[in-house]
Amino acid sequence: MSRYIELPAYEIVDRIKAHELMAEDYIASLYERIKRIEKDVHAYITLTEDLAIKKAREIDKKIEKGEKTGRLCGVGIAIKDNICTKGVRTTCASHMLEKFIPPYNATVVKSIEDEDGIILGKANMDEFAMGSSTEHSYFGPTHNPWDLKRVPGGSSGGSAATIASSMATLALGSDTGGSIRCPASFCSVVGLKPTYGLVSRFGLIAYANSLEQIGPITKDVRDCALLLSCIASHDPLDSTSVNKPQEDYTNYLIDDINGIKIGVIREFFGEGTQDSVEKGVWDAILKLEGLGANYQEISLKNLHYALPSYYIIAMSEASSNLARYDGLRYGYRIPDKSYDWSTVYSKDRRFGFGFEVKRRIILGTFALSAGYYNEYYLKAQKIRTLIKKDFEMAFKRFDVLIGPTMPILPFRIGEKVQDPLEMYMCDVDTVPANLVGMPSISIPCGFSMGLPIGLQMMAPPFKEDLLLRVAFSFQRNYPTLARLRNYE
Amino acid sequence: MIILVERKKGISKKEIEHVAWLARIEISKNELELFSKQLNDILAYFAKIDKVDTENIPPSYHVLDLVNVFRKDDVKPSLPEEIFQIAPQTKEKFVKAPRMA
Repeated sequence: MSRYIELPAYEIVDRIKAHELMAEDYIASLYERIKRIEKDVHAYITLTEDLAIKKAREIDKKIEKGEKTGRLCGVGIAIKDNICTKGVRTTCASHMLEKFIPPYNATVVKSIEDEDGIILGKANMDEFAMGSSTEHSYFGPTHNPWDLKRVPGGSSGGSAATIASSMATLALGSDTGGSIRCPASFCSVVGLKPTYGLVSRFGLIAYANSLEQIGPITKDVRDCALLLSCIASHDPLDSTSVNKPQEDYTNYLIDDINGIKIGVIREFFGEGTQDSVEKGVWDAILKLEGLGANYQEISLKNLHYALPSYYIIAMSEASSNLARYDGLRYGYRIPDKSYDWSTVYSKDRRFGFGFEVKRRIILGTFALSAGYYNEYYLKAQKIRTLIKKDFEMAFKRFDVLIGPTMPILPFRIGEKVQDPLEMYMCDVDTVPANLVGMPSISIPCGFSMGLPIGLQMMAPPFKEDLLLRVAFSFQRNYPTLARLRNYE
Repeated sequence: MIILVERKKGISKKEIEHVAWLARIEISKNELELFSKQLNDILAYFAKIDKVDTENIPPSYHVLDLVNVFRKDDVKPSLPEEIFQIAPQTKEKFVKAPRMA
């Protein structure tokens, strides 16, 4: 049975629908895998085994009766723990929300359940999605399945680790400045940040609303297209959700990139990029050229300012968003009842939030405060305009833009966590996509010293079809560059 | 283009305490020491953006050309009563709040 859990979702769906595989057996063997290696990897915060087995039995009954089943029929899915699941605790990896049980489902969770997907549990992450290593979790770090002493990337590190180690077949993450693509790169899996507004954010616990999107983390590009097709739809509950017709993205999985124009972003190979990463990504670019694409290098002059601008905007939005955690209606409340309102409020937040969350709230409050607003927040939003224009110009010449996802290989647990600024620097190549709102995908493009390297591609807003086509062609022709961790 | 000389900007411990209070986060002495160094390192890095000429550039608060979305003002059921179960302190059908100073 364990050979099934290594399969991508579309093969699982086919087998279940064809009566070749019982959903219950497959789900049970996923939990067997979880029981075997979760103690080493720690990818989950909460497991929902009883619910999942019950749902699997329901699906097996549906199949037996010949009833219609959804596109994710029986597939086991890990959900990042900042996405609300009705009746299942959703912690955001924070002490503040340790006991929070949402009274509603996020729209993406409803979509998955409507398509007969099965939720296996809630995946570990950096607290409130603030981090690039999953070390900032109240519940302890996730370990990279490729090297347990190293980080899986973040903030959706749990989600990516479940896919790399086949503790789930599909996963959802969220990406505010790279939080899907970074762990996808570090774990050798596929991660897509969709165009801003393509996927509903209703039920995603907010960190920085103008930047973040929910997206798929999967074993391969076909699964990525499948999961995206299920979650991308207009939602009246999210006022930033775009009203466009639903698409089946699997239609764009075409093995043909002849004549596609690729721009290689020179700034993405700047200071701080490891040689092994640079080499791995260039090898991939030459492979794409071999498949018929044309590439040219391009320089985007305002890209140097993307990282500080991103952090100023993200922290400012965070300081406003996280003001809601007062410990009254839900969340952590200090037991002592003798204090006044403001003291209770500030103690709830002292003990409820971890260091990184506090740092970002304090800096965000500072950047928005009178006398500093123009210098930080407003200035960063203006630079955002300049960066957006740089990309608009670039997309007049190129279909997709390309570079490394992460400038470095997965680093050791503990290596950067004491120095926040050094941690922020890891996001240098991923934040532009969030500032501009464009879609961006990370796909595996090989290994160096046994550690995965990720190739990042960006396209103009709502051109997910192009990204998926190029990514699919690459994987179809070089299938061995993406591997799952072998546990047999 | 006017290029500003990169000056060392920063935040004093007193300012950190004040801003933390504005954000309603009580911070310990140890945190103040730790944050003082870290926040100043980060702000020194942020100063990089001073160099960019943004005269006459409009800000992009949003990446999409969004217009306000209205919905009909129809009456719909509110959240279920179970939401009181997630409030840390309640009395009957009320959430219990601390006294105002």
